[in-house]
Amino acid sequence: MDRLMKVNKSAELAIIDFFRLLLENDRVSGIFTLRKINKDDSVDYCLVTDENRLDEAIPFYPFMPANAGQILSRFSPMNKPVAVVIKPCELRAFIELVKREQGTLDNFLLISYSCAGVFPIIKTGDEPFEKFLPSYWETVKRGGISQGIRQTCKVCEHFLPMNADITISLIGENKLDSECKMFLNTDKAKEFAKDFEGEMLEEDLESPVINSLLTKRKGEKEDLFTELSSKYSGLDGMINIFGRCIGCHGCSRVCPICYCTLCDFESHNYDYSASILEREISQKGALRLPPDTIFFHLGRLIHMSFSCIGCGLCTEVCPANIPVSTLFIKIGEETAKMFDYIPGRNVKEAIPVTVFKEEEFAELGE
Amino acid sequence: MEREFLPKIVSFLCKWCSYTGADLAGINRLQYPTSILPIKVMCSSRVDPVFVIKAYLRGADGVLIGGCHPGDCHYQDGNYHTRRRVAILKRVFELLGLEEGRIRLSWISASEGPKFARVCNEFTEVIKSLGENTTKTTIFL
Ligand code: SF4
Ligand code: SF4
Ligand code: FES
Repeated sequence: MDRLMKVNKSAELAIIDFFRLLLENDRVSGIFTLRKINKDDSVDYCLVTDENRLDEAIPFYPFMPANAGQILSRFSPMNKPVAVVIKPCELRAFIELVKREQGTLDNFLLISYSCAGVFPIIKTGDEPFEKFLPSYWETVKRGGISQGIRQTCKVCEHFLPMNADITISLIGENKLDSECKMFLNTDKAKEFAKDFEGEMLEEDLESPVINSLLTKRKGEKEDLFTELSSKYSGLDGMINIFGRCIGCHGCSRVCPICYCTLCDFESHNYDYSASILEREISQKGALRLPPDTIFFHLGRLIHMSFSCIGCGLCTEVCPANIPVSTLFIKIGEETAKMFDYIPGRNVKEAIPVTVFKEEEFAELGE
Repeated sequence: MEREFLPKIVSFLCKWCSYTGADLAGINRLQYPTSILPIKVMCSSRVDPVFVIKAYLRGADGVLIGGCHPGDCHYQDGNYHTRRRVAILKRVFELLGLEEGRIRLSWISASEGPKFARVCNEFTEVIKSLGENTTKTTIFL
């Protein structure tokens, strides 16, 4: 049984009240949350320190302008505590980054929620997704898969947060507009939530609604993966999937796991000299330029797929509409499975390529 | 008459063991095919899997990584790390429907000249049965 605090206000109002309490009592120096930029409903992540600005906060807005885990790593460690509201996959990304010494958990009060998915980034010419929002929230209450959300979210299995100090229950809560369920998972959470008004209960976050959503999403994922492997197998498959790639490397820039500032693939280490180019061309009769597209993607798959937390941002930003995340999630699940690894599950769990077992893979080396 | 296919096998050999093993095979005049193109590395763990991919995509028919036996790495545990990386590399190849059989990891100590020759012969046969790597003529990679 988990420790639950029930507040008689909508989830969003309740959490903003909570922020106010945290700021007023100086328990935190700031709140990291999504916020509305203007009337067009543009949204960004923001660190709010002035409680008068909390009206702009929209912590559960179904949108991911960047991977918050990546952002947190850039301003951690903080001297004073900061409360952050981030999605489960972003939190897992942050845990992976902490493992890579790109941030620390100290001084963050981690607030997350059961996440029903987010809408795609709006690109020029796309229809705004606001019209879907009312039906989105109705679907959240029912525990369904909302129309219009990103493909990656439709197939995500890890929509309940791991490692959150506080979990807000959204999925399956049909009284979302009038009550808020906050699970205080850690002592830290209880400490910060002291004097916050609400009824203390014992309840589980997991529910039949959550389980049935999990089953639905697993089904969707299986279909998606089957479709992917039927289209994209072998060298020809790689060419099919990445043929349209313009080599912008946007997918790795937004990837929270690709944290290296001196990425090998951005360097000139693999540049072709004129003589190599000539040799390649004389052997092949022609050469696609610039080369090394598949090299880049294969390299990334091998370097980091086991840590892919499936945030979907790589697909989101790809100007060529390549389902990058579908491939990375699929391959990543398998490479992680080799080591019984779940990225972002536990900050103490070592990244697979940093450790070994003496007795493993004995068949290799013959 | 059609020329017999002689594979090109890019071989990353650890200086402390497999490379010396290769030397020994030579000194002992053991026969192994000229398909092996040796590259000396300071430890098998110096081989970033990306090097293997690079060789594979640039048309190598096979890639061999030779290291010290487990427990014997000059740098304590480099070869255990190599083994994990190669396991991941091969698994990714397999999942993508690429030919993971073109990649081989072998432990060959400095005194194992005969094993070096055997690995080279065996691997060359395996690659011959797989045929030429199609990356050689693929213009988009
Ligand atoms: S974002 Fe898309 S086009 Fe750019 S490098 Fe990645 S796959 Fe290629
Ligand atoms: S590979 Fe794509 S889906 Fe996976 S963590 Fe990186 S950006 Fe997110
Ligand atoms: S020194 Fe030979 S494998 Fe490390």
